[in-house]
Amino acid sequence: MKALESVLVEKGLVDSAALDAIVDYYENRVGPRNGARVVARAWTDPDYRARLMNDATAAIAELDFNGRQGEHMVAVENGPRVHNLVVCTLCSCYPWPVLGLPPVWYKSAPYRSRAVIDPRGVLAEFGTVLPDDTEIRVWDSTAEVRYLVIPERPAGTGNLTEDELAALVSRDSMIGTTLI
Amino acid sequence: MNGAHDMGGMHGLGPIAPETDAPVFHHSWEARVHAMTMASPTRSNIDAGRHQRELIPGPDYLRMSYYEKWLTGLCALLLKHGLVTPDELARGQPDPGRARATPLLAAAAVPGVLSRAGSYEREATTRPEFVPGDRVRAANINPTGHTRLPRYVRGRIGVVERCHGAHVFPDSNAHGQGEAAQPLYLVRFEARELWGADASAIDTIRLDLWESYLAPA
Repeated sequence: MKALESVLVEKGLVDSAALDAIVDYYENRVGPRNGARVVARAWTDPDYRARLMNDATAAIAELDFNGRQGEHMVAVENGPRVHNLVVCTLCSCYPWPVLGLPPVWYKSAPYRSRAVIDPRGVLAEFGTVLPDDTEIRVWDSTAEVRYLVIPERPAGTGNLTEDELAALVSRDSMIGTTLI
Repeated sequence: MNGAHDMGGMHGLGPIAPETDAPVFHHSWEARVHAMTMASPTRSNIDAGRHQRELIPGPDYLRMSYYEKWLTGLCALLLKHGLVTPDELARGQPDPGRARATPLLAAAAVPGVLSRAGSYEREATTRPEFVPGDRVRAANINPTGHTRLPRYVRGRIGVVERCHGAHVFPDSNAHGQGEAAQPLYLVRFEARELWGADASAIDTIRLDLWESYLAPA
């Protein structure tokens, strides 16, 4: 691996400082806090929620979240009888601008193989148990469209500010493996 | 290709291991592989990059970690395009007398480039054949090249939920045969249509599928 980097840098195919900047970007500039801000805004601003459900790419760009692996965004809402779960069975497609880079388990064979055939079993491994009459909608990211789950706003949070609400929103709840 | 990567519906691949508070990269080499893949001149064709990782032999694909697959795919693409030689990779030094290139991506440009919204949508050259509500059957095809039609939906009937417009067609683009954009649809399948009577009666699975994967049903 070091040999590869040395060759690419020496040949002028990549710039070493650019690699540092890319690592910094994905370690510090994108991550699930971005998605949590989108969710909290949708919970508190009905007009924003409407724009998000109509054109998520544009609504997310309003908050300055853009870029690679978020070119075509769709937001999917959980409700009392509907739960959404996102997977990429063929590789590891994931909405980087709002969730950052995917966790290891999301990219792993056990998750990719079973999310589509046994979503309730997969959810149980995250401690998430849903009523039998809740429809689970699994989204297999087979194209360049990326899906963001909008979890249900927890009860008893009517007094919280948008920032306080954002702090409640976990990464896994926006993939759909957990509830809030 | 019917490779190990097309794993939707398989059993027996082990338990899921959720991690909380995991770092973005578990090892510094993973970060370098990620960054090199993003900065490499080979980055311009995302479909070719995916296909290169699919070409990793199945037993290796299942054994390797995610970034081992990325490293393997990157090296293979660099070799394929003649950007490095096997000797250079082995020695970690350029062959003598080779002209030095200019990197495509400079450090100062990185945040702007990574946060710029591109698009895989192209101007439509044909009218979409399907509209929301149409019943469609996914093709039974088994190409040996790249495809984004997973085995688990081939031959199955679903319902079109929306058209995303015309998108770059990976089955063509991955092989350098042009973008060949065609309408892309969100298609809903009932769990029982895919997995039989033992599956939930109410759960559904949605995929984004290109028009040539679909026929009226």
